[in-house]
Amino acid sequence: MNGAQDMGGMMGFGPVVPEKDEPVFHAAWEARAFALTLAMGAAGGWNIDQSRAARESLHPALYLAKSYYEIWIAGLEKLMAERGLATADEIAAGKAQHPPKPVARMLTPENVPATLRKGGPSQRPATAPQLFQVGQRVRARNMHPAGHTRLPRYVRGHVGSIAHVHGAHVFPDANAAGLGEAPQWLYTVRFAAPELWGEAADPTVSVSVDAWESYLEAA
Amino acid sequence: MHDNDHDHDDDHNHGYGHGHDDGHGHGSHLSEMDLRVRALESILVEKGYVDPKALDALIETYETKVGPHNGAGVVARAWSDPAYKERLLQDATAAIAELGFMGRQGEHMVAVENTDRVHNIVVCTLCSCYPWSVLGLPPVWYKSAPYRSRAVMDPRSVLADFGVTLPADKEIKVWDSTAEIRYLVLPERPAGTEGWSEERLACLVTRDSMIGTGLAQSPPPESPPPESPPEAA
Repeated sequence: MNGAQDMGGMMGFGPVVPEKDEPVFHAAWEARAFALTLAMGAAGGWNIDQSRAARESLHPALYLAKSYYEIWIAGLEKLMAERGLATADEIAAGKAQHPPKPVARMLTPENVPATLRKGGPSQRPATAPQLFQVGQRVRARNMHPAGHTRLPRYVRGHVGSIAHVHGAHVFPDANAAGLGEAPQWLYTVRFAAPELWGEAADPTVSVSVDAWESYLEAA
Repeated sequence: MHDNDHDHDDDHNHGYGHGHDDGHGHGSHLSEMDLRVRALESILVEKGYVDPKALDALIETYETKVGPHNGAGVVARAWSDPAYKERLLQDATAAIAELGFMGRQGEHMVAVENTDRVHNIVVCTLCSCYPWSVLGLPPVWYKSAPYRSRAVMDPRSVLADFGVTLPADKEIKVWDSTAEIRYLVLPERPAGTEGWSEERLACLVTRDSMIGTGLAQSPPPESPPPESPPEAA
């Protein structure tokens, strides 16, 4: 969706402000928010694409106003409420009001290292022939799906060239919608900055995105 | 260097412009989130979905074990061992796994090499994708709107925010991490480091140099050459 998360090319946010000797977390609640999100992800109630979609579906004004881990908490609450795992009245009351729903598994401390080590690879066996080859010119489709997508607005309608082929990967647009993994070929597509931003753009700059096959058409 | 050019002129304590909201005097706001997350945790523990000790283990992992020192080891190895560098550029996931780094948010790695003609910068305009296995969790600025909005449009101005100026004719490649591929920048090896051990080289590899918003550090000017081991008697 064309939400506030799709920030490439927006203006007016001011300078990037690096923080010297930045801690990993800036408050104890941030650390807990991070860990709760990972632990509930491991419980198996949703996939990473649904998790991203939940965060992106925040009202744009809220998305831009909230800090990073505030967005994570809002997304987590939404995912749990949708599945009845923890409901709005429970969150408001600060305690459980309803019996628990079954979850696939509970992450134990003993399983943390192995779970992190395994991660969540997204590559899958290809189920269709590869449509585009390295060097081929492609256009990012002019598409505006209402659901989750990973094709940023700033490349849509623009022509680039295939720089790498990564095999077939879980297709986020389908996976976020609960339609299964529906793997597609994944490509790195390189765009010249003037193609994206106009003739005044720096010609020494190129921008690459990783794009699933259905995001692209031959140009 | 950025302390005074931007403070309190906007939603400093809340907005995505800075991305975190504590440490700047909004105590009530902080405690609101603190209470909210505590309540959430107690509900989830009570329902048997999460084990608080697993939360502790997750936090400890990213506070003390996984961080940019992992990536610095990879870079130092690549600088020291041409065959390793070749493997890293061909199949970064496997080459990085040789050093024991793998898994979450590093499942599919690509290493991109800086040279005297090309500079690489990594961003995630859509969220905060970042190679955890080699760099740990991303800094606030990486997740912030200023970086995500501008890195793809005007990377030289972003570099200027970091005090980095590149030659005007140097090619800049920006990598927007829109899928599950995670990018590690292999920075240029600083001059004057010939014969250095991997361990010593790794100390020059900053986190930002592996994102592309910085360069590897140069050796201090008065750095003595490494001592050769004494001859066995």
